[in-house]
Amino acid sequence: MSNTVYSINGPVVKMKDTRDFSMMEMVYVGNKKLVGEVIGITDAMTTIQVYESTTGLKPGEPVYSTGAPLSVTLGPGILQNIYDGIQRPLQDIAAQSGAFIDEGSSVSPLDEKKTYPVTLKVRPGDYLKGGMVYATCPETPIIEHRCMLSPLLEGEVIKVSPDGDYTINDVVAVIRTSKGEEKELTLCQKWPIRTPRPVAKRLPIERPLITGQRVIDTLFPIAKGGTAAVPGGFGTGKTMTQHQLAKWCDADIIVYIGCGERGNEMTQVLEEFSELIDPKTGRAMTDRTVLIANTSNMPVAAREASIYTGITLAEYYRDMGYHVAIMADSTSRWAEALREISGRLEEMPAEEGFPAYLPSRLAEFYERAGYMVPLGGGEGSVTIIGAVSPQGSDFSEPVTQNTKRFVRAFWALDKALAYARHYPAINWMTSYSEYMEELGDWFKKELGEEFLTCRQRLASILGEEARLMEIVKLIGSDVLPEDQKLVIEVSKLIRVGFLQQNAFHADDTYVPLEKQLGMMKIILYFNDAAMELVKKNIPVSLIAQTGILDTIVKMKYNIPNNQLEKMEEYYPLIDEKLASIQ
Amino acid sequence: MSVQILGLKEINGPLVVLDHVTDVGYDEMAELCMEDGTRRLARVVEIEGDRAVLQVFEGTSGISLKNVRTSFQGHPMEMPLTTELMGRIFNGAGTPIDGLGPILASERADINGKPLNPVSREYPRNYIRTGISSIDALITLIRGQKLPIFSGSGMNHNKLAAQIVKQAQISGDGDEKFAVVFAAMGVKNDVADYFKKQFEESGVLERVVMFLNLSSDPIVERILTPRCALAAAEYLAYEKGMHILVILTDMTSYAEALREFSSSKGEIPGRKGYPGYLYSDLASIYERAGIVKGGKGSVTQIPILTMPNDDITHPVPDLTGYITEGQIVLDRTMDQNGIYPPVSILPSLSRLMKDGIGEGYTRADHSAVSNQLFSAYAKVQDARALASVIGEEELSDTDKSYLEFGRMFEQYFLDQGFSENRTIEQTLELGWDLLSLLSREELDRIDEMMITQFYNPQRAKRFRRGAAQTR
Repeated sequence: MSNTVYSINGPVVKMKDTRDFSMMEMVYVGNKKLVGEVIGITDAMTTIQVYESTTGLKPGEPVYSTGAPLSVTLGPGILQNIYDGIQRPLQDIAAQSGAFIDEGSSVSPLDEKKTYPVTLKVRPGDYLKGGMVYATCPETPIIEHRCMLSPLLEGEVIKVSPDGDYTINDVVAVIRTSKGEEKELTLCQKWPIRTPRPVAKRLPIERPLITGQRVIDTLFPIAKGGTAAVPGGFGTGKTMTQHQLAKWCDADIIVYIGCGERGNEMTQVLEEFSELIDPKTGRAMTDRTVLIANTSNMPVAAREASIYTGITLAEYYRDMGYHVAIMADSTSRWAEALREISGRLEEMPAEEGFPAYLPSRLAEFYERAGYMVPLGGGEGSVTIIGAVSPQGSDFSEPVTQNTKRFVRAFWALDKALAYARHYPAINWMTSYSEYMEELGDWFKKELGEEFLTCRQRLASILGEEARLMEIVKLIGSDVLPEDQKLVIEVSKLIRVGFLQQNAFHADDTYVPLEKQLGMMKIILYFNDAAMELVKKNIPVSLIAQTGILDTIVKMKYNIPNNQLEKMEEYYPLIDEKLASIQ
Repeated sequence: MSVQILGLKEINGPLVVLDHVTDVGYDEMAELCMEDGTRRLARVVEIEGDRAVLQVFEGTSGISLKNVRTSFQGHPMEMPLTTELMGRIFNGAGTPIDGLGPILASERADINGKPLNPVSREYPRNYIRTGISSIDALITLIRGQKLPIFSGSGMNHNKLAAQIVKQAQISGDGDEKFAVVFAAMGVKNDVADYFKKQFEESGVLERVVMFLNLSSDPIVERILTPRCALAAAEYLAYEKGMHILVILTDMTSYAEALREFSSSKGEIPGRKGYPGYLYSDLASIYERAGIVKGGKGSVTQIPILTMPNDDITHPVPDLTGYITEGQIVLDRTMDQNGIYPPVSILPSLSRLMKDGIGEGYTRADHSAVSNQLFSAYAKVQDARALASVIGEEELSDTDKSYLEFGRMFEQYFLDQGFSENRTIEQTLELGWDLLSLLSREELDRIDEMMITQFYNPQRAKRFRRGAAQTR
């Protein structure tokens, strides 16, 4: 009996004098069979991180080896599910242990009893390489699940079952590898969460992920296969922004990771997503979503794993040729989980107690995003949008700073904007997106050159305003010359009428790109027309009195998304109002 | 009871180390029997082979390596549970101290509880009317929410908490069962007395379970106090179908106790010396608010914490804000100006309010009014900043109207007094009266229909008259 618990300190358990385990191997600890992972091996001691509460665990209890690293089960049934950090379905846990989560719940990640109508895509004699599709089945009404050969296998198909209804563990085909071994293929496979799934090739980034959020699509766009960070102190609307993106972005599959966040929030996501109808498919949002919920009071080690579980599921769907967007809320909680475990291992801390390997772990995670050619051919992408919760709302803390190095779009949420209830509270001066250059061609092709010029003009007016506000803060706006007063008025128009977006308004919650462009054009048309008047010495206050500003601000509510032709009515209206004061 | 172990190996602060122990579980409870027969409780915090580290609740003073005998109880710390808890007073470790004898428990539960499965949670939607305008209109409290009060030493957060208890109790539906669980951690004796008196006056004392860990009591007990209290709250809410309001004060003392304890264990410190697991630890307390699907009861938490040096970025308020569903921030300047409750509305927030207000809950215009008040008050701050530089006379008319709005808002809306209990209609009407001080174009958060229905510059006259009189 050498494989027994020796010491216990929170989630860190050690064994003495054993050589039976390998690094990153998944193990079961104690009589309750708590799930754990081997994270350190020395001659004398083997260290395990346990994903569940260790209350009541005693030295001398057995530790069981599984011989495989911590893995997820990949197959039909992942979508519509809600998992904890190590892919245990929370619904099944609730059915097993009631409203409160017990330790040592052993539940299967996928429904093993449900049958799927499977279509076989191979014939005996075909030669299959890793990543090639051998069977398909409708996983949800909108997503076709493609069962691919594990990237580690290849061989000749020697037996194929007829099309029909199968469960995930039924054998549907058999291949013979080059070594002559016969491997049975079912609808599911396993993959270790800490290893990125291999791809054939990485493609350059050239298509945007359209979110329907004006400030993001227009000013700070993100690409399919790109990475973005949403940092913000508490109450600035990180979670709200993530929810909006999950609901509206044009990805095929959404993986939403609630990592160390509030329980009520996850409940809200669950409720909202099952009620929401996806505008593109007319089906419930949950049909294309998988949720991973490891709330802040669930075990900390599973929180650390939840990020990897999520990204592995995302990569699996990418390999089928889907565009996947993954929302991680919040990566800071994950970094804190790293710190907590590192502290228990008595590792030497670097900045603010975070382990020195924090930057490399963050880089590893964000580098798993990309626009790829999967092994089986076609195209697929994984886009990562990570929320960051900076300690003390201070963006100079280690997690924000290190994240900034590895992401290319940065949407900084601002406390002052949030206090004024300007949502989304994305600060247009400190945020940036490096993708605009690469996406320029796409925008030019889809919306014309004017989209790029309009957005550039919008950005420069806002920049000009920021400069003028420095002066206004000191001496008030009354002393500014009229043309500068106009800049201030137009900026207000842009801020309230364009950047501010109401997530609870039926039309404003998602705005198609055409409307975004139209709104910009109307604002700029007004700007130019008003500038003409100002040059004729007509004061800005007189222009404001016409009420036209208010009309333009409200256009976001008054132009329904399906009647964009209504936008044309604004040009004569502006002309008319401005003519009235000449 | 199992074998007793004579003597100790090592004593370090509240920790003692025992050698040659077998069959002891992590987190298990133990009892230390002193030579004079008194007993102290302890908990296993680390095990290494046959060596166990125990944390002694009442402190280690008087303990020597030889004079104690330790026996292990075979289970983690438990709280006796029965409806008879109401009206009783306990110390921080859940032992009765009101002299009314021991608790005859109908069941016992591990004080650490278990995480509530997100799929078994009911999303909170019912609002609790507190009768306080600033909270009801702008930071609405929802049943099942955790909404802390961020305060500073010397401000009247206790008064505010007492008022919420008093008025929420009155405005609750008569047939629903309501009770308060009060946990004091490291507070002064006066504070405990103040709450006792307030509960008595509002007639809820027999529905209050009190846990008192005063500032002079051992810190190790302080770490258990909120957990005992929440075990009691969960029992009353989920087993007995009651609506429980939990008041935890002061979370900063709790966090400091945790830090003291962590450093005595020799753990690697994180920010400001607090242990790296402070977030997870606080979450294990705050996340115990909520509603279980299919159940009748609810646990609503109002933790109170004093921000050291009024600094909201201090680790304790900072991490708390990331876990709780909003915060009520009190402001010292307002407090000094005699405004009660001194709620600083701009940094305050209730995350759950959007789903618990409006048609069917409060009134259809609630959300629009609250957004507009927030946005207008944010502009008041800009106008004030400008006025302090160039003088009020030089301001534009719009800015002047904001200054007036700001003054009236603070005087009539925020400053309410301890005994005034306003209905939600009164509060919203008052909001419209104030918004009518501004010109119609400034109301950019409200749609036309509501403006036509409610906005009327005449409504604002009462303030101008009032102001003229006070001048």
